[in-house]
Amino acid sequence: MNTEFEPKILAFVCNWCTYAGADLTGTSRIKYASNVKIVRFPCTGRIDFMLLLKAFANGSDGVIVSGCHPNDCHYTSGNFHARRRWIIFRGLLSFLGIDVRRIQFSWVSAAEGAKWADVVNKTVADVRALGPYTEYRKAAEFLAGNEDVLLKEQEVTP
Amino acid sequence: MNELRSKVKELLGSKEIDLFVGYEQGTRLPRPLIAASAEEADRLIFDENCTGNLAVYLTRRELAGGKKVGIAASYYAMRSISRLLDENQLREGMVKVFGLTPDGGLKLLDAIADVKQHLQEASAPSRQVEDEWVKEIEDMPPAERWKFWTGELSKCFKCYACRAACPMCYCTKCIVEVNRPQWIQPWAATMSNVEWQISRVMHMAGRCADCGACGAACPLGLPVHIIAHKMAEMVRQNFGEPTEKGNVLSTFNPNDEENFIW
Repeated sequence: MNTEFEPKILAFVCNWCTYAGADLTGTSRIKYASNVKIVRFPCTGRIDFMLLLKAFANGSDGVIVSGCHPNDCHYTSGNFHARRRWIIFRGLLSFLGIDVRRIQFSWVSAAEGAKWADVVNKTVADVRALGPYTEYRKAAEFLAGNEDVLLKEQEVTP
Repeated sequence: MNELRSKVKELLGSKEIDLFVGYEQGTRLPRPLIAASAEEADRLIFDENCTGNLAVYLTRRELAGGKKVGIAASYYAMRSISRLLDENQLREGMVKVFGLTPDGGLKLLDAIADVKQHLQEASAPSRQVEDEWVKEIEDMPPAERWKFWTGELSKCFKCYACRAACPMCYCTKCIVEVNRPQWIQPWAATMSNVEWQISRVMHMAGRCADCGACGAACPLGLPVHIIAHKMAEMVRQNFGEPTEKGNVLSTFNPNDEENFIW
Protein backbone atom coordinates (compact mmCIF):
# COMPACT_ATOMS: atom_id res chain seq x y z
CA MET A 1 0.00 0.00 0.00
CA ASN A 2 1.16 3.49 -0.75
CA THR A 3 1.78 5.20 2.57
CA GLU A 4 3.21 8.41 1.14
CA PHE A 5 1.31 11.54 2.03
CA GLU A 6 -1.05 12.52 -0.78
CA PRO A 7 -1.85 16.24 -0.59
CA LYS A 8 -5.39 17.43 -1.21
CA ILE A 9 -5.33 20.44 -3.49
CA LEU A 10 -8.32 22.60 -4.28
CA ALA A 11 -8.12 24.74 -7.42
CA PHE A 12 -10.26 27.82 -7.87
CA VAL A 13 -10.22 28.61 -11.57
CA CYS A 14 -11.97 30.95 -13.95
CA ASN A 15 -14.38 29.56 -16.50
CA TRP A 16 -12.95 31.28 -19.53
CA CYS A 17 -9.23 30.63 -19.38
CA THR A 18 -7.92 28.18 -16.83
CA TYR A 19 -10.94 25.86 -16.90
CA ALA A 20 -10.72 25.71 -20.68
CA GLY A 21 -6.94 25.31 -20.34
CA ALA A 22 -7.45 22.36 -18.01
CA ASP A 23 -9.84 20.92 -20.58
CA LEU A 24 -7.11 21.23 -23.17
CA THR A 25 -4.70 19.42 -20.87
CA GLY A 26 -7.15 16.52 -20.87
CA THR A 27 -7.88 16.52 -24.58
CA SER A 28 -4.14 16.74 -25.26
CA ARG A 29 -3.76 13.59 -23.13
CA ILE A 30 -1.19 15.20 -20.87
CA LYS A 31 -0.94 13.32 -17.58
CA TYR A 32 -0.85 15.29 -14.34
CA ALA A 33 -1.23 14.70 -10.63
CA SER A 34 -4.72 13.60 -9.65
CA ASN A 35 -4.63 15.36 -6.28
CA VAL A 36 -6.40 18.41 -7.53
CA LYS A 37 -10.11 19.14 -7.36
CA ILE A 38 -11.19 21.94 -9.64
CA VAL A 39 -13.90 24.43 -8.73
CA ARG A 40 -15.10 26.56 -11.62
CA PHE A 41 -15.88 30.23 -11.17
CA PRO A 42 -17.12 32.78 -13.69
CA CYS A 43 -14.03 34.93 -13.17
CA THR A 44 -11.07 35.29 -10.83
CA GLY A 45 -12.71 38.49 -9.65
CA ARG A 46 -15.44 36.29 -8.18
CA ILE A 47 -13.03 34.28 -6.04
CA ASP A 48 -13.65 35.60 -2.55
CA PHE A 49 -10.72 35.45 -0.17
CA MET A 50 -12.91 33.62 2.35
CA LEU A 51 -13.14 30.68 -0.07
CA LEU A 52 -9.42 30.09 0.31
CA LEU A 53 -9.70 30.09 4.08
CA LYS A 54 -12.69 27.72 3.91
CA ALA A 55 -10.66 25.38 1.71
CA PHE A 56 -7.96 25.15 4.37
CA ALA A 57 -10.47 24.80 7.19
CA ASN A 58 -12.18 21.94 5.38
CA GLY A 59 -9.14 19.81 4.73
CA SER A 60 -7.14 21.18 1.82
CA ASP A 61 -3.40 21.06 2.17
CA GLY A 62 -2.88 23.45 -0.72
CA VAL A 63 -4.85 25.79 -2.94
CA ILE A 64 -4.44 26.87 -6.55
CA VAL A 65 -6.00 30.09 -7.78
CA SER A 66 -5.80 30.60 -11.49
CA GLY A 67 -7.37 32.67 -14.24
CA CYS A 68 -6.84 34.64 -17.42
CA HIS A 69 -3.63 36.51 -18.07
CA PRO A 70 -3.78 40.27 -17.46
CA ASN A 71 -5.59 42.02 -20.34
CA ASP A 72 -7.30 38.76 -21.35
CA CYS A 73 -10.18 38.83 -18.89
CA HIS A 74 -13.54 37.90 -20.38
CA TYR A 75 -15.05 40.67 -18.26
CA THR A 76 -12.26 43.12 -19.14
CA SER A 77 -10.91 43.77 -15.65
CA GLY A 78 -11.91 40.98 -13.25
CA ASN A 79 -8.38 39.61 -13.04
CA PHE A 80 -6.90 43.07 -12.35
CA HIS A 81 -9.22 43.42 -9.38
CA ALA A 82 -8.36 39.88 -8.30
CA ARG A 83 -4.66 40.61 -8.57
CA ARG A 84 -4.97 43.56 -6.17
CA ARG A 85 -6.92 41.44 -3.75
CA TRP A 86 -4.35 38.65 -3.85
CA ILE A 87 -1.43 41.01 -3.33
CA ILE A 88 -2.76 42.30 -0.04
CA PHE A 89 -4.44 39.07 1.01
CA ARG A 90 -1.22 37.13 0.58
CA GLY A 91 0.69 39.75 2.55
CA LEU A 92 -1.90 39.64 5.30
CA LEU A 93 -1.84 35.83 5.56
CA SER A 94 1.92 35.90 5.71
CA PHE A 95 1.78 38.48 8.51
CA LEU A 96 -0.58 36.24 10.47
CA GLY A 97 1.73 33.28 9.96
CA ILE A 98 -0.39 31.29 7.53
CA ASP A 99 1.91 29.39 5.17
CA VAL A 100 1.55 31.20 1.83
CA ARG A 101 3.67 28.58 0.07
CA ARG A 102 0.52 26.46 0.10
CA ILE A 103 -1.31 28.91 -2.15
CA GLN A 104 -0.25 28.92 -5.78
CA PHE A 105 -1.49 31.80 -7.90
CA SER A 106 -1.12 31.55 -11.65
CA TRP A 107 -2.33 32.77 -15.01
CA VAL A 108 -3.24 29.93 -17.34
CA SER A 109 -4.89 30.73 -20.66
CA ALA A 110 -7.19 28.43 -22.63
CA ALA A 111 -4.25 27.56 -24.91
CA GLU A 112 -1.86 26.62 -22.09
CA GLY A 113 -2.85 23.06 -21.41
CA ALA A 114 0.75 22.10 -20.76
CA LYS A 115 1.23 24.96 -18.33
CA TRP A 116 -1.79 23.82 -16.31
CA ALA A 117 -0.22 20.38 -15.93
CA ASP A 118 3.00 22.08 -14.78
CA VAL A 119 1.16 24.29 -12.29
CA VAL A 120 -0.62 21.33 -10.75
CA ASN A 121 2.46 19.13 -10.67
CA LYS A 122 4.57 21.85 -9.11
CA THR A 123 1.96 22.66 -6.47
CA VAL A 124 1.48 19.00 -5.60
CA ALA A 125 5.23 18.51 -5.30
CA ASP A 126 5.65 21.64 -3.17
CA VAL A 127 2.80 20.76 -0.83
CA ARG A 128 3.92 17.15 -0.61
CA ALA A 129 7.26 18.41 0.61
CA LEU A 130 5.57 20.69 3.14
CA GLY A 131 3.40 17.87 4.51
CA PRO A 132 -0.22 17.99 5.67
CA TYR A 133 -1.50 21.39 6.74
CA THR A 134 -2.62 20.65 10.25
CA GLU A 135 -2.08 24.03 11.94
CA TYR A 136 -5.03 25.75 10.35
CA ARG A 137 -7.36 22.78 10.81
CA LYS A 138 -6.38 22.49 14.44
CA ALA A 139 -7.64 26.00 14.97
CA ALA A 140 -10.74 25.22 12.92
CA GLU A 141 -11.50 22.14 14.96
CA PHE A 142 -10.95 23.91 18.23
CA LEU A 143 -14.43 23.02 19.49
CA ALA A 144 -14.27 19.42 18.33
CA GLY A 145 -11.02 18.82 20.15
CA ASN A 146 -11.94 20.58 23.37
CA GLU A 147 -15.38 19.23 24.22
CA ASP A 148 -14.31 18.06 27.68
CA VAL A 149 -12.84 21.42 28.58
CA LEU A 150 -15.85 23.29 27.23
CA LEU A 151 -18.32 21.05 29.08
CA LYS A 152 -16.41 21.63 32.27
CA GLU A 153 -16.57 25.37 31.73
CA GLN A 154 -20.32 25.18 31.41
CA GLU A 155 -20.78 23.27 34.65
CA VAL A 156 -22.50 25.26 37.37
CA THR A 157 -21.10 24.67 40.83
CA PRO A 158 -23.84 24.86 43.45
CA MET B 1 -11.24 75.57 25.41
CA ASN B 2 -13.49 78.51 26.12
CA GLU B 3 -13.28 79.38 22.48
CA LEU B 4 -14.63 75.94 21.56
CA ARG B 5 -17.41 76.11 24.15
CA SER B 6 -18.62 79.54 23.10
CA LYS B 7 -18.38 78.64 19.42
CA VAL B 8 -20.38 75.42 19.94
CA LYS B 9 -23.00 77.26 21.99
CA GLU B 10 -23.28 79.85 19.27
CA LEU B 11 -23.71 77.20 16.56
CA LEU B 12 -26.25 75.26 18.64
CA GLY B 13 -28.13 78.49 19.42
CA SER B 14 -28.36 79.54 15.80
CA LYS B 15 -29.37 75.97 14.80
CA GLU B 16 -26.41 75.72 12.46
CA ILE B 17 -25.74 72.39 14.13
CA ASP B 18 -28.12 70.08 15.99
CA LEU B 19 -25.46 68.10 17.80
CA PHE B 20 -21.86 68.47 18.74
CA VAL B 21 -19.67 65.39 19.12
CA GLY B 22 -16.73 66.25 21.33
CA TYR B 23 -14.76 65.28 24.41
CA GLU B 24 -15.28 65.86 28.09
CA GLN B 25 -12.96 65.12 31.00
CA GLY B 26 -13.06 61.43 31.88
CA THR B 27 -11.59 59.59 34.87
CA ARG B 28 -8.21 59.20 33.24
CA LEU B 29 -8.57 60.06 29.59
CA PRO B 30 -10.97 62.38 27.78
CA ARG B 31 -14.20 60.63 26.89
CA PRO B 32 -16.80 61.32 24.22
CA LEU B 33 -19.54 63.84 24.92
CA ILE B 34 -22.48 64.39 22.64
CA ALA B 35 -23.74 67.87 23.33
CA ALA B 36 -27.13 69.09 22.18
CA SER B 37 -27.59 71.97 24.61
CA ALA B 38 -25.60 74.92 25.97
CA GLU B 39 -25.29 73.28 29.43
CA GLU B 40 -23.75 70.19 27.91
CA ALA B 41 -21.48 72.29 25.72
CA ASP B 42 -20.02 73.81 28.90
CA ARG B 43 -18.39 70.46 29.72
CA LEU B 44 -16.49 70.26 26.41
CA ILE B 45 -12.73 70.08 26.30
CA PHE B 46 -10.36 69.73 23.34
CA ASP B 47 -6.60 69.45 23.49
CA GLU B 48 -3.80 67.22 22.24
CA ASN B 49 -4.83 64.44 24.68
CA CYS B 50 -8.11 64.05 22.83
CA THR B 51 -7.01 61.39 20.39
CA GLY B 52 -10.01 59.02 20.27
CA ASN B 53 -11.68 58.78 16.89
CA LEU B 54 -15.11 60.39 17.26
CA ALA B 55 -15.92 60.09 13.55
CA VAL B 56 -17.53 56.76 14.44
CA TYR B 57 -20.59 58.63 15.74
CA LEU B 58 -21.18 60.39 12.42
CA THR B 59 -22.34 57.23 10.67
CA ARG B 60 -24.63 56.07 13.48
CA ARG B 61 -28.04 56.75 11.98
CA GLU B 62 -29.97 56.65 15.23
CA LEU B 63 -27.74 59.41 16.53
CA ALA B 64 -26.75 61.60 13.63
CA GLY B 65 -29.10 60.58 10.80
CA GLY B 66 -30.33 63.66 8.98
CA LYS B 67 -28.84 65.99 11.56
CA LYS B 68 -26.26 68.70 11.20
CA VAL B 69 -23.37 67.68 13.34
CA GLY B 70 -20.30 69.47 14.61
CA ILE B 71 -17.33 67.35 15.62
CA ALA B 72 -14.04 67.77 17.40
CA ALA B 73 -11.69 65.76 15.25
CA SER B 74 -8.22 64.48 16.03
CA TYR B 75 -5.88 63.98 13.09
CA TYR B 76 -6.93 60.39 12.42
CA ALA B 77 -10.62 61.21 12.91
CA MET B 78 -10.16 63.88 10.27
CA ARG B 79 -8.78 61.23 7.95
CA SER B 80 -11.83 59.04 8.63
CA ILE B 81 -14.12 61.98 7.91
CA SER B 82 -12.35 62.60 4.63
CA ARG B 83 -12.83 58.94 3.60
CA LEU B 84 -16.46 58.97 4.71
CA LEU B 85 -17.07 62.02 2.54
CA ASP B 86 -15.34 60.27 -0.37
CA GLU B 87 -17.57 57.24 0.15
CA ASN B 88 -20.70 59.42 0.23
CA GLN B 89 -21.48 58.45 3.80
CA LEU B 90 -21.49 62.09 4.88
CA ARG B 91 -22.85 65.06 3.04
CA GLU B 92 -20.83 68.18 2.65
CA GLY B 93 -22.49 70.96 4.61
CA MET B 94 -24.00 68.56 7.14
CA VAL B 95 -20.80 68.29 9.15
CA LYS B 96 -18.69 71.02 10.70
CA VAL B 97 -15.24 69.83 11.64
CA PHE B 98 -13.16 71.41 14.40
CA GLY B 99 -9.47 70.61 14.27
CA LEU B 100 -6.47 71.67 16.29
CA THR B 101 -3.63 73.74 14.91
CA PRO B 102 -0.11 72.66 15.95
CA ASP B 103 -0.05 75.38 18.65
CA GLY B 104 -3.30 74.11 20.18
CA GLY B 105 -5.57 76.69 18.59
CA LEU B 106 -8.98 75.93 17.16
CA LYS B 107 -9.59 75.59 13.44
CA LEU B 108 -13.02 75.30 11.87
CA LEU B 109 -13.19 73.35 8.61
CA ASP B 110 -16.40 73.58 6.64
CA ALA B 111 -15.71 72.07 3.24
CA ILE B 112 -14.20 68.77 2.07
CA ALA B 113 -11.37 70.71 0.48
CA ASP B 114 -10.53 72.34 3.84
CA VAL B 115 -10.40 68.96 5.57
CA LYS B 116 -8.12 67.54 2.90
CA GLN B 117 -5.94 70.62 3.00
CA HIS B 118 -5.62 70.32 6.77
CA LEU B 119 -4.63 66.65 6.44
CA GLN B 120 -1.91 67.59 4.00
CA GLU B 121 -0.54 70.37 6.15
CA ALA B 122 -0.74 68.79 9.59
CA SER B 123 1.78 66.09 10.37
CA ALA B 124 0.35 62.69 11.27
CA PRO B 125 0.86 61.68 14.90
CA SER B 126 3.60 59.10 15.26
CA ARG B 127 2.82 55.44 14.66
CA GLN B 128 6.16 54.30 16.03
CA VAL B 129 4.74 51.89 18.61
CA GLU B 130 2.68 50.17 15.92
CA ASP B 131 5.64 50.08 13.55
CA GLU B 132 7.73 48.39 16.22
CA TRP B 133 5.00 45.80 16.81
CA VAL B 134 4.85 45.05 13.10
CA LYS B 135 8.60 44.72 12.87
CA GLU B 136 8.76 42.45 15.89
CA ILE B 137 6.07 40.17 14.47
CA GLU B 138 7.63 40.12 11.01
CA ASP B 139 10.95 39.06 12.47
CA MET B 140 9.36 35.90 13.86
CA PRO B 141 9.41 32.75 11.71
CA PRO B 142 5.97 31.99 10.18
CA ALA B 143 5.14 29.19 12.62
CA GLU B 144 5.82 31.46 15.56
CA ARG B 145 3.70 34.23 14.03
CA TRP B 146 0.82 31.82 13.70
CA LYS B 147 1.30 30.75 17.31
CA PHE B 148 1.35 34.37 18.41
CA TRP B 149 -1.81 35.37 16.54
CA THR B 150 -3.83 32.26 17.34
CA GLY B 151 -2.74 32.63 20.96
CA GLU B 152 -3.91 36.23 21.07
CA LEU B 153 -7.10 35.71 19.11
CA SER B 154 -8.11 32.57 21.00
CA LYS B 155 -8.91 34.94 23.88
CA CYS B 156 -11.37 36.97 21.79
CA PHE B 157 -14.97 36.46 22.90
CA LYS B 158 -16.47 38.21 19.89
CA CYS B 159 -17.91 41.31 21.51
CA TYR B 160 -17.28 43.17 18.23
CA ALA B 161 -16.03 46.26 20.04
CA CYS B 162 -13.43 46.54 17.27
CA ARG B 163 -16.28 46.84 14.81
CA ALA B 164 -18.32 49.25 16.92
CA ALA B 165 -15.34 51.56 17.41
CA CYS B 166 -14.51 51.79 13.72
CA PRO B 167 -15.88 54.72 11.71
CA MET B 168 -15.48 52.75 8.48
CA CYS B 169 -17.56 49.78 9.76
CA TYR B 170 -20.89 51.34 8.89
CA CYS B 171 -22.61 48.48 7.04
CA THR B 172 -26.09 47.94 8.42
CA LYS B 173 -25.69 44.23 7.77
CA CYS B 174 -22.28 42.90 8.62
CA ILE B 175 -20.75 39.73 7.13
CA VAL B 176 -20.87 38.09 10.57
CA GLU B 177 -24.62 38.62 10.83
CA VAL B 178 -25.39 37.07 7.47
CA ASN B 179 -25.98 33.33 7.57
CA ARG B 180 -26.52 32.56 3.89
CA PRO B 181 -23.73 31.87 3.38
CA GLN B 182 -22.35 31.78 6.86
CA TRP B 183 -18.75 32.65 6.15
CA ILE B 184 -17.72 33.00 9.74
CA GLN B 185 -19.04 30.81 12.52
CA PRO B 186 -20.79 33.01 15.06
CA TRP B 187 -19.33 31.51 18.20
CA ALA B 188 -16.03 32.52 19.68
CA ALA B 189 -13.36 30.01 18.71
CA THR B 190 -9.82 30.49 17.53
CA MET B 191 -10.49 29.89 13.86
CA SER B 192 -13.62 31.97 13.56
CA ASN B 193 -11.91 34.74 15.52
CA VAL B 194 -8.96 34.71 13.11
CA GLU B 195 -11.34 34.65 10.15
CA TRP B 196 -13.29 37.56 11.58
CA GLN B 197 -10.14 39.64 11.89
CA ILE B 198 -9.00 38.70 8.38
CA SER B 199 -12.38 39.70 6.95
CA ARG B 200 -12.52 42.88 8.95
CA VAL B 201 -9.09 43.99 7.83
CA MET B 202 -9.65 42.97 4.21
CA HIS B 203 -12.84 45.03 4.17
CA MET B 204 -10.81 47.94 5.53
CA ALA B 205 -8.16 47.70 2.84
CA GLY B 206 -7.32 51.19 1.66
CA ARG B 207 -10.15 52.65 3.73
CA CYS B 208 -8.70 52.28 7.21
CA ALA B 209 -7.51 55.59 8.63
CA ASP B 210 -5.05 53.70 10.83
CA CYS B 211 -6.42 55.45 13.94
CA GLY B 212 -6.00 52.41 16.18
CA ALA B 213 -9.52 52.70 17.63
CA CYS B 214 -10.17 48.97 17.12
CA GLY B 215 -7.25 48.00 19.33
CA ALA B 216 -8.04 50.67 21.91
CA ALA B 217 -11.65 49.45 22.11
CA CYS B 218 -10.76 45.80 22.68
CA PRO B 219 -11.71 44.92 26.26
CA LEU B 220 -9.04 42.21 26.28
CA GLY B 221 -6.37 44.49 24.87
CA LEU B 222 -5.74 42.25 21.87
CA PRO B 223 -3.48 43.98 19.33
CA VAL B 224 -6.04 43.86 16.52
CA HIS B 225 -5.09 47.38 15.42
CA ILE B 226 -1.65 46.04 14.50
CA ILE B 227 -3.24 43.90 11.76
CA ALA B 228 -5.07 47.00 10.48
CA HIS B 229 -1.85 49.00 10.67
CA LYS B 230 0.01 46.36 8.67
CA MET B 231 -2.78 46.38 6.09
CA ALA B 232 -2.65 50.17 5.75
CA GLU B 233 1.11 49.96 5.31
CA MET B 234 0.83 47.21 2.69
CA VAL B 235 -1.74 49.16 0.72
CA ARG B 236 0.49 52.23 0.73
CA GLN B 237 3.53 50.22 -0.39
CA ASN B 238 1.73 48.42 -3.21
CA PHE B 239 -0.78 50.93 -4.47
CA GLY B 240 0.40 54.30 -3.20
CA GLU B 241 -1.55 56.83 -1.19
CA PRO B 242 -5.33 56.33 -1.33
CA THR B 243 -7.17 58.75 -3.58
CA GLU B 244 -10.81 59.82 -3.77
CA LYS B 245 -11.25 57.81 -6.99
CA GLY B 246 -12.76 54.74 -5.35
CA ASN B 247 -11.06 52.60 -2.76
CA VAL B 248 -8.17 50.28 -3.42
CA LEU B 249 -10.06 47.04 -4.01
CA SER B 250 -12.71 48.54 -6.28
CA THR B 251 -10.14 50.11 -8.58
CA PHE B 252 -7.03 48.73 -10.23
CA ASN B 253 -3.98 49.70 -12.16
CA PRO B 254 -2.94 47.50 -15.11
CA ASN B 255 0.64 47.96 -13.95
CA ASP B 256 0.15 46.67 -10.41
CA GLU B 257 3.24 44.72 -9.51
CA GLU B 258 3.51 41.35 -7.83
CA ASN B 259 6.13 38.61 -7.83
CA PHE B 260 4.21 35.50 -6.85
CA ILE B 261 1.82 34.78 -9.73
CA TRP B 262 3.19 32.10 -11.99
